[in-house]
Formats: sequence, structure tokens, C-alpha cells
Amino acid sequence: MILLIQYTLIYASCLILVALGGMFSEHSGVINIGLEGIMVIGALGGALTMMYMPEGVSPFLIVVLTVLMAALAGLAFSMLLSVAAINFKADQTLVGTAMNILATAVAAVVVKAINTTASHGDNVSAIVRYIEEHEAFIVRWNLGEKSFFEFNWFFVITIVALIVSAVILYKTKFGLRLYACGEHPQAADAAGVNVAKMRYSGVMISGVLGGIGGLVYIASANSSWDFKYGVAGAGFLALAVMIFGEWKPWKIAGAAIIFGLFRALSNVYTAFPLLMELNIPSNVYNMLPYIISLLVLAFTSKSSRAPKAEGIPFEKGQR
Amino acid sequence: MKKKFKLDSPGMQTFLASVVAIIAGLVVGFIVLLCINPAGAPKAILTILKNYLNFTRPNLILKNIGGTLVRTAPLIMTSLAVTFAYKVGMFNIGVAGQYTIGIGCCMWAALAWDWPWYLCLLFAVVGGMVWGAIAGFLKSVFNVNEVISGIMLNWISLYIVNIWLNNDLTKETVSPGTLQLHNYAKQGMIPTLGLDKVLNNEYFGPSIFVAIIVAIIINIVLNKTVFGYELKATGGNKHAAKYSGMNDYRNIILTLAISGALAGLGAGLYYLTGIEQWETSASSLPAMGFDGIVAAFLGGLNPIGVIFSSYFIKHISIGGTMIDLNVYSSDISGLIVAIIIYFSAFTMIVRMVLKRLKERKAERGEKQ
Repeated sequence: MILLIQYTLIYASCLILVALGGMFSEHSGVINIGLEGIMVIGALGGALTMMYMPEGVSPFLIVVLTVLMAALAGLAFSMLLSVAAINFKADQTLVGTAMNILATAVAAVVVKAINTTASHGDNVSAIVRYIEEHEAFIVRWNLGEKSFFEFNWFFVITIVALIVSAVILYKTKFGLRLYACGEHPQAADAAGVNVAKMRYSGVMISGVLGGIGGLVYIASANSSWDFKYGVAGAGFLALAVMIFGEWKPWKIAGAAIIFGLFRALSNVYTAFPLLMELNIPSNVYNMLPYIISLLVLAFTSKSSRAPKAEGIPFEKGQR
Repeated sequence: MKKKFKLDSPGMQTFLASVVAIIAGLVVGFIVLLCINPAGAPKAILTILKNYLNFTRPNLILKNIGGTLVRTAPLIMTSLAVTFAYKVGMFNIGVAGQYTIGIGCCMWAALAWDWPWYLCLLFAVVGGMVWGAIAGFLKSVFNVNEVISGIMLNWISLYIVNIWLNNDLTKETVSPGTLQLHNYAKQGMIPTLGLDKVLNNEYFGPSIFVAIIVAIIINIVLNKTVFGYELKATGGNKHAAKYSGMNDYRNIILTLAISGALAGLGAGLYYLTGIEQWETSASSLPAMGFDGIVAAFLGGLNPIGVIFSSYFIKHISIGGTMIDLNVYSSDISGLIVAIIIYFSAFTMIVRMVLKRLKERKAERGEKQ
């Protein structure tokens, strides 16, 4: 049971961060299908930072540096979307898809190149190991004999990100202007808001949050990661969470916990005798989060609350 | 005069955009190779581009041409699936899932039911069609964005096929792979019609020709028939199409069903040659689906164009497996392909540059 809660919190943190990223991007008017790719690159940045971390660095510094590098990597990668979508008015869905394919390829090539060079051709896998460094993120709370809860610093980061996001979006001038750019960019422009700048900001925030989210996905429960697999559709689950959460921070958090629970089940169902007795193949549990999200989408998409101008390139002077 | 007309035509512009994207992809790929190991980079990029021409013996060259063409056929089908849906205003990112379901169907029919090859092929088509229709149904009735539902359906299809084929009828006992068709289900293999002898490749059959014929048919359906026009109209403006008496619900479902059927056919055409086994422990989707998206855009979303773009993509990805794997990874060609699709989203730039050139020419003409 403790394990289930722990995994639920991990996946929920990951989904909240990434879905909030998607939310900022879409409120500014840019559809960010490339979140999956941003996650992969953020994860790569974080994983490599941990791998190259010299010994004896204090845990606090490890956490700060790793998160910072993941955020920077995600930010840099998200620029591919903003340049294409805002400056060149490219098809945002296509660019996002290209970013997802690109990210997995980049990660595989980079990690394999590092592994191949380091091992003189013996190790050609795409696996990064960060066994000791990842301990820095974890604080173990003893709950009696042999059972403990692994508290993760990522939980704190997520809660801070959630509160800050809600405040920025609803209580600041910046947030309201961002909102306007996704609903009616022409009106925002007429009111003196620089739409391109706002959209750049929206995508950049999604890059930072997506990058950290990717790090959470690979580093909170694992001590190594095979970049061959990318992040297995987590970015798209986050988009489903965002839609289910109606593009609102608090509802996104609620949705993420529900999705996180189902995702966690596939990891820990073996710990429940009742579920083991049912003898359901593990693939069914793997499938569950995707089926749930399809059903949820089917029941919530009818009256879509999506930002009205998302996906449409802004043309000055167009009505 | 004639030349000017050509440069203006959208077909020419798309072609130029694709060429620019390919060059950009190759240049970036070359830079990456240089970063990893400068000494071997020129040789590596040439190896990727040469593919079967790396061999010197003629029968090996023929065999590898055959291998490339066998793998091109399903890619033509998946990129046709993407093209067809996109022409009708939908982004069928679920093509990977429809392809996967197609694999499950034809493998099951061939190995468990011992069906003859044409029925297996048909079953794959039906499977892909149903899977596509689900996304269409969710879109038309529940307003679910087909991109998100497509991705979800992709992952669901992967696990379904894993569960489905994981039993004694279809799977080898010691490995996670499905049973070899030429040992257990010869009746399920598409007859090669003697073409295997021509190219000295046991898997080479009529698949590639079927794919090309389907491409031509799709081109005709989209551009020359009332049905194609109706679908395109619905994609352009759902409400206007409905107002002029078209059944928008039906058209959306039909579009994705046909798109899925094309992907399913691709799966059948490939897997029923017996060239590959499905790994029931697979944890990622077959690349054919996403490569189909790349090929569709590189081919300018033109059913005839995708024949060439599909061939090109398979050519360099198979070439990528021939480089020195102790120094570089075969993912390099995947990277090149990914960069190509990113740049092919920039068709607008090429159009803008061409337009500006034309304007400048026109200005000059006025001055004189």
C-alpha cells in the first residue's frame, strides 16, 4: 500500500509538471505536442549531469544542478517549437511530432556515442547509470520494521511549481496577458501586448517544466535509464491530464493524481495478493492508463474548454 | 515563360522544400558523425547513402535491393495512410497502432487459424480499419482530438498484440518471437510469383507493386471522384459540408477507417512475407508508423510523391545499419530522418523565399 502511494505520487508529480507546461504553452496559443520529446531531452540533460557528477558533491548541490540542467535542456529543445511555430508559422502538430521523433533519436545517438567511446566498442547500449546520484533525491522515512516511505524532493518541486503556476496564471499581469494571447491574440495585440513575445514565454515555460518532468519520470524510481525507450508516452498522458484538467492548474493536479494511480498500479500490482490471484497479464496493467485516459477524454471533450486561438499562427492585422 | 510557371506551381515548391529538408538533414547528420569520430565520418555518411551499393558482388547487390524494396512496401502504405487522412484534414498519428493491430491480425490468422494468405491479408486490412474507425468514432461523436486518441490507441494496440500473440499457437516456446511462417504456416505467406529468383532474395514478392498500385488508386480517389471531394470538403469545413448535405459524422469515421485499412494492408504485405517475427515482449511500437508520418510529409502529402520519399527513407535507414557499429550507432540514420521531418515543416520558408524572388523579379521588370 505504501509502495502504491509512493509510486502514485511519483507519477502524479511527473504528470503535473508536464501538464502545467502544456497548459502554459496552450494558454499562450501554441499547441505543444512535442512535450514527450521535451521530456526525453530534459531527462537526458539530467541523467548526464548525474553521471558526470564528481564524487563527494553534497546531495543538495546534486539536486539543484541536476534539476537545473534538466530544465535548461528542456528549455533549449523547446526553442525548436517556438522558432518554427511563431517565427515561421509552421504546422504546430507536425513540428511537435518531429520533435518527439528527433528527441528519441538524439538521446539514443548521444548516449550510445558516449557508451561506445567509453567502452571502446564493447558497450553499445543506450543506458545511463546514476545509481549513487539518484539517492540524493530520496529521503527514507522509517515506518516500523522493514517498511519505509521514500520521500522524494521532486514532490516539493512539484508542489512549488503548482502554486507558483496558479499564482502566475491568475494573479499577475504576465499571466493574464498570456491567457489573452491564447484566447484572442488580435485583441491582445490591440491592447499593446507583444503576442510573439508572450507565445515565446509560454513555450519556454513548457520547456522548463517538461524538462524537469522528464527528469522526474526517469530518476525518481530508477537508478538507470535506457534511452532507447524515450519516456513511453508519458508526455501524451500529460496532455490528456491537461485536457481532463480543463487547462486549469488545480484541476490538472487532481487529474494527475487519478492518472498517476493507474500508472502506479502497473508497477506495483505484484505487491497485492488479491490482484496477483486474478492472474491478469502485466500487459493489461500497462494498458490501463491509456484506456482510462481515452474514456475520460470521450466524456470530457464534448464541451472543450481549450484556448480558442491555440494552434493558429498569429497574423498582425488579421481579423 | 514556361520555367517561371513551373517555379510557381505548388508541386514544384513542395519538391524544392523536400530537397532542402533532405540536404539539411544530411548536413546535420554529417556534423553529428564528425563530432563522434571525425576520421570515419565521410566514409560513414557515404555508407549510409550507398546502402546496397556498398557491396561489390552483383548477386549481393541484387539481394539487398530486394531487401530494401520489401521494407519500402509497408512504409509506402503507412505514409499513404497518413497522407490520405491529412488530405481530409486529419492528422492520423495513430497509424502506428493501426499497423500494429494489422500485424496481430495477420499473424494470428496465419498461425492459429491456418488461413490462406489472401484471407490473412484481408483480416489485417479489417483490423487496421476497425482500429482507425475507433479514432474516427471518438472524434465525430465525442469530439476527441484524433492526435491524442491516436497516441493512446497506439499504446493500447501494442499491449493487446503482445497479449494476443503470447500463446502456444503463435509463439516460440523459448523466445518471445512469433513462430516462423515458412516453418509453421506456409499457406499464409504471400506467393512470391518467382520474383524472389529475379532479385535473389527469398522475401521479395509482389508487395512493392501492390503498394504502388494502391498509391495510384488513392491519388485517383482523392482527386477525381465525388467521394474524395466529399471527404476533402468535410475536412476543410465540417459545418459547410454538413450544410450542403454531406454526412459529416460518416465521412470522419470513414476517412480514418480507410486510413487504418491502408496501414493494416501495409502490415500484412510485410509480415506475410515471413521476413520478420513479432516480439511479444516488445515495449515500443514498430517504427514503420512514425516513419510513415515522415515519409508522408517528405513526399509533399502527394500519393505519388510518397512512393519516392518512402523509398528514400528506407534506403538511408538500411544504409545506417551498414556503418561501423563499433564507432557509430545505427540510430544516426534515425536522427537524419528526424531532422528531415523537422525541416519539412518549414515548407513555408521555401515558399516565402520563392515568392520574394518572384516579387523582386516583377519589380525589376516594372522598372525596365
